[in-house]
Amino acid sequence: MKFSRRAFVGGALAAPFVASLPRSASAAGSVLRVIPHADLKNIDPIWTTAYITRNHGYMVYDTLFAMDETLTPRPQMVETYNVSDDKLTWTFTLRDGLAWHDGPPVTAEDCVASLKRWGKRDGMGQKLMQYTASLEAVDAKTFVLKLEKPFGLVLDAIGKISSNVPFMMPKRLAETDPFKQVPEVIGSGPFKFLKDEWVPGSKVVYAKNEAYVPRKEPASAASGGKVAKVDRVEWLYIPDPTTAMNALISGEVDYYEQVPGDLAPIIGQTPGITVEVLDPLGSQGMLRFNHLLKPFDKPEIRRAVITAVQQEKFLQAGVGNPDFYKVCESYFPCGSPLENDAGLDMIRPHTIEAAKKLLAEGGYDGTKVVLMQPTDIPITSAFSLVAAETMRSMGMEVEIQAMDWSTLTSRRAKKDPVENGGWNVFHTWWIGGDLVNPIAAVGLSGGGTEKAWFGWPTDAKMEELRDKFAFTSDPAAQKDLAKQIQKRAIEIGTHANVGTFFVPCGYRENVKGMIKSPVQFFWNMSV
Amino acid sequence: MWMFIGRRAVATIPVMLVVAFVVFMILRLSPGDPATVIAGDYASPADIARIRAQLGLDQPVALQFVSWIGRLVQGDLGISIFSNLPVTTLIGQRLEPTLMLSLTTVVFSVLVAVPLGAVAAWKSGTWIDRTVMVVAVLGFSVPVFVLGYFLVYGFSLELKWLPVQGYKSPADGIGLFFRHIALPAGALSAFYIALVARITRASVLEVLEEDYIRTARAKGQVESKVLLVHALRNASVPIVTVIGLGIAALIGGVVITESVFNIPGLGRLVVDAILKRDYPIIQGLILFFSFLYILLNLLIDIVYTVLDPRIRY
Repeated sequence: MKFSRRAFVGGALAAPFVASLPRSASAAGSVLRVIPHADLKNIDPIWTTAYITRNHGYMVYDTLFAMDETLTPRPQMVETYNVSDDKLTWTFTLRDGLAWHDGPPVTAEDCVASLKRWGKRDGMGQKLMQYTASLEAVDAKTFVLKLEKPFGLVLDAIGKISSNVPFMMPKRLAETDPFKQVPEVIGSGPFKFLKDEWVPGSKVVYAKNEAYVPRKEPASAASGGKVAKVDRVEWLYIPDPTTAMNALISGEVDYYEQVPGDLAPIIGQTPGITVEVLDPLGSQGMLRFNHLLKPFDKPEIRRAVITAVQQEKFLQAGVGNPDFYKVCESYFPCGSPLENDAGLDMIRPHTIEAAKKLLAEGGYDGTKVVLMQPTDIPITSAFSLVAAETMRSMGMEVEIQAMDWSTLTSRRAKKDPVENGGWNVFHTWWIGGDLVNPIAAVGLSGGGTEKAWFGWPTDAKMEELRDKFAFTSDPAAQKDLAKQIQKRAIEIGTHANVGTFFVPCGYRENVKGMIKSPVQFFWNMSV
Repeated sequence: MWMFIGRRAVATIPVMLVVAFVVFMILRLSPGDPATVIAGDYASPADIARIRAQLGLDQPVALQFVSWIGRLVQGDLGISIFSNLPVTTLIGQRLEPTLMLSLTTVVFSVLVAVPLGAVAAWKSGTWIDRTVMVVAVLGFSVPVFVLGYFLVYGFSLELKWLPVQGYKSPADGIGLFFRHIALPAGALSAFYIALVARITRASVLEVLEEDYIRTARAKGQVESKVLLVHALRNASVPIVTVIGLGIAALIGGVVITESVFNIPGLGRLVVDAILKRDYPIIQGLILFFSFLYILLNLLIDIVYTVLDPRIRY
């Protein structure tokens, strides 16, 4: 075998240039270049609760109802709706001009199929479907929801702002098994998903849906006119925060969706760049107990730890910058309609002495607490260290077990004893939009091992209160029930609220039209 | 030679099978479950079990392995659990940036390091030699991400000559490609320049002691010809070995550089897949890396015959 050395060297040098793959042509028109908060790994917002997929959903899909900035559900795809006097029959009529991205008009049958699929995955959707007698299309634009009992949160459920959002899909896609991903992305929203340009881990591209007919009302959170003011939106995922910051400063991107608190001052001092919090509710940190295992099988011991939680300490460790956190003890987001202070007297003052007293009352016997620490999520990782120190200062024995979030999510589902892979406590967080009512806030459930969220609190009274809330549509009665639910949550110690934090966005001066909301939207934004 | 290549190709099969088995078992025995990640916060245990069944994760591990191997021999690396895209598509999307970064780094490193190392050996013990060695120690010592951030600060943020991040294919324009690859390749090259320069210096130094070099000089050959034709060529086998292994290491190990410069390459793909427990991607990529290592080793062996005619297989 013989090689010409010249040919060999020439071939080697030329290889990089001939090996390149074909690329799409660069886009024309206005482009909003965004660094999203995460990589879009999957495209079905019913299949997953990931917030990035929810945001993708808002780009391409539309909703029947949508929350405005006061968290009131407003008609979106729906033009008119009627409810019978007995509140059992709801009739919805779609507005004119709705069409799927591939051309056909949106029909009532599409919406019925979409709601049914969502109702099999989402917590509030499951609750709604539990009391649904029938859901059927009457004609091309009208469908009727018949309830067995007067569920009070019909509009709150189908206008839900955060995961899983009941996005409307064509019937042929909505009939996909809800535990399988839809095979293609066809919505009726203000942007179209360009699948050919999607590079998972790097880039997602959306093009303006020229056929979209926005509502006439001004945009308000998820509701109102969704006017696409740019031709393309490019999500350029940059996992390294310093690189993301540099890209914003150098003008390679226009908008950085979630600026880390430690970089916010640097970015904020850069001329031509603004750092701003757009989410009025923020996110709430949660310390979740496993109610099935010692020592947190006793409410006094759970309440002892809640008493010891000094939010300021958690927030300083997890967030650091006081501009981006707030001490807020209400279990419902501060600034939301259901914010209240019921039951807080049970856990005040937040002192170690008071906590120790409760711990003694609970008969803590020195059982070791296994705390799962997700080291790849900086904020909850820091919360975990403070929680361990807090419990140790109360006299509890604590073992921190470090792991990545994926391991934690599989382990938190285990109900086994600690020695067989179980757990006692872990941290997570929820955006305020997930906590605006006690049905959406799954952490408040007392449904036990079958129905409650991980940690499995079992409390018949709590479930009775939540059920009452679900059948109440009167705002005053809802507020009163929310107080009772919060009081009960603290009494039984469902979880500890470790404080509220806000994640600012950063944007260049050419970017206009941001919408204040717990969820990031890209309509109404221009460059 | 063809017999040698044939034998090596056949020997690849058991190696790949062992790699496949080990990777598969490690993943199945490690904690974490993609079904719980997919199921999300509102899923019941029954929902999680249903997802596990759909992914085939409820089957006995042996059956899962046989099923995977069966698809593998047909060239099917599987479908990503999360993106629902074929693993081959995902590797295809990420291969070019990683290959381009690796090759640019290696070409640049070789162009700089081999002359540096050869000159250092030629001028052994002088200030030139010591300067080259100091540069080499610095190249070894400075972490790539530190150098990367310095380069970004200087060339992108201050001078505004080059972009901060991203990748452009040569198909988008050679100029654009070089503008985007210059900083990551520069940052990554520091280590490889140091490595190749030191190996070159040591090899050339050894060769310069040989009798035939003295003979060449005695015959009146000019010093540059002695160095380039006689010394460097005969010292090239260990240098080529290091360069070849460097390419292999770069392809599988540039995750930090890919992160700092936001290059959508294979390194980031594998890290993301591990964090999500996307088994088909992890398995497919590790097999791919193994295949690449074997292929590069074979190529290095072939290059030996080009550089040293005494080597025959």
